[in-house]
Amino acid sequence: MNLHAIRAIYRFEMARTGRTLMQSIASPVLSTSLYFIVFGAAIGSRMGEVDGVHYGAFIIPGLIMLTLLTESISNASFGIYLPKWSGTIYELLSAPVSWIEVVIGYVGAAATKSVILGLLILVTARFFVAYEIAHPFWMVGFLALTAVTFSLFGFIIGIWADGFEKLQVIPLMIVTPLTFLGGSFYSINMLPPLWQKIALFNPVVYLVSGFRWSFYGVSDVNAALSFGMTCAFLAVCLFAVWWIFRTGYKLRN
Amino acid sequence: MEPVIRITGLSKTYKSGFAALRNIDLEIRRGEIFALLGPNGAGKTTLISVICGIVNPTTGTVLADGHDIVRDYRASRSAIGLVPQELSTDAFETVWATVNFSRGLFGKPRDHALVEKILRDLSLWDKKDSKIMTLSGGMKRRVMIAKALSHEPSILFLDEPTAGVDVELRRDMWNLVRGLRERGTTIILTTHYIEEAEEMADRIGVISKGELILVEDKTQLMRKLGKKQLTLQLQAPLAAIPAELAGYPLELSADGQELVYTFDTQGEHTGIAGLLRRLTDHGIDFKDLHSSESSLEEIFVSLVRTNA
Repeated sequence: MNLHAIRAIYRFEMARTGRTLMQSIASPVLSTSLYFIVFGAAIGSRMGEVDGVHYGAFIIPGLIMLTLLTESISNASFGIYLPKWSGTIYELLSAPVSWIEVVIGYVGAAATKSVILGLLILVTARFFVAYEIAHPFWMVGFLALTAVTFSLFGFIIGIWADGFEKLQVIPLMIVTPLTFLGGSFYSINMLPPLWQKIALFNPVVYLVSGFRWSFYGVSDVNAALSFGMTCAFLAVCLFAVWWIFRTGYKLRN
Repeated sequence: MEPVIRITGLSKTYKSGFAALRNIDLEIRRGEIFALLGPNGAGKTTLISVICGIVNPTTGTVLADGHDIVRDYRASRSAIGLVPQELSTDAFETVWATVNFSRGLFGKPRDHALVEKILRDLSLWDKKDSKIMTLSGGMKRRVMIAKALSHEPSILFLDEPTAGVDVELRRDMWNLVRGLRERGTTIILTTHYIEEAEEMADRIGVISKGELILVEDKTQLMRKLGKKQLTLQLQAPLAAIPAELAGYPLELSADGQELVYTFDTQGEHTGIAGLLRRLTDHGIDFKDLHSSESSLEEIFVSLVRTNA
């Protein structure tokens, strides 16, 4: 294991985050605050409770997930796309590193940033609504697991993309709709029966549901199933990255 | 002595069907400076990229420092430093950060004294806290060399190191290369410029259209490259070279208008004066004459032609 390489990549990526602090941290926190003002304070006060939870508090896990997914993907995809675009990837490809070290470095840094962001939003939410966390250990667990999984997914997108447009297309066209339809702002039990069934094909439902369970002990789907599905997606992403480095797909051709 | 790089039956065909390398066999000796010459698109960069692990080979094997570049990539890549042709650098990092990053990436523990020495040798020390984007092109190239040297490689690849580089950097670069060689580093460089190879290299390989068409000691190759030609434009076309002039290496153009005399610049006597006297004796009159040294490009073309 080339630990020096992992450290070098990780520090490099964290330094990049540090340089873009405003857009990396401040802007997601700001936009989430706006959601809390609109949905939590303004509209939320006129809404009834969902699953016995005040609406303003109910949306907190969903909003954190929303930011976590988008930021993990964009962060990790940019992290690996930029060296491809600028040409500096030559150094990574010629270095004595395996895919595992590359992934730990890049994905680890992206996930670290996402977790920090998630916790910041959690703190910010406190200024707008009161909430409690039933299972803090699982809350952090889901947060970290989701951050890692979707950073890995973003890493794959970054390798696959060969233009800035492609880099945006999956987050914009697939991930954003899935998150909005994944029960960030509502319980899927509020949907008509047919749509409830369809919603179960949306992986984000499991993420949001499990995360919400860690807060309020209530969920749309079983928390264990949520955990299992997230791990399954993580496994799929890991396999994809392994395959990419094994075949050199888009990297060594 | 065991070669430091051994390439056997190496081919690379890109997905598009383009064969960038065809069945290359090459051995690089430890401690030598090897110059790889070839026209644009000949496959020089692809060859380097395969050895360094940037491009997967289609067939064939490469041993670098005794290690297979695919099976034992950690060991082989640790031994290699690469300065690519393109100026690819980070923009926002400082010089100091990027060189230390490279050392870490290649699995070496931090060594600030060594990095300082490398930066000083490359006249980069006073720029160490500058962001790379603020540097000139020549300075960026120095940064790339510093990055390649940061993990103390025993094999150094320089891909077109002096393309678009000013005189000062060029001179510094050659001093650096000489210094590295004295410490036992093997250096493989690619270039368009014959003078560069002439100045530095121990051996020269010529690659064209993906084939390695020649590998020779520099001195021997220079003798070949040292050929000059004298072209005489005749007043009246000749049907054939007169028998009396058969002793000279003369060629007659197809239309009989031009007589081409090939001679060796390294020789004591070029034989030009004698030839011209003999021509006059035989009443062969010419209206113009010029002499030319065959350019490297021409030599490639002729080498490829004989090879094909």
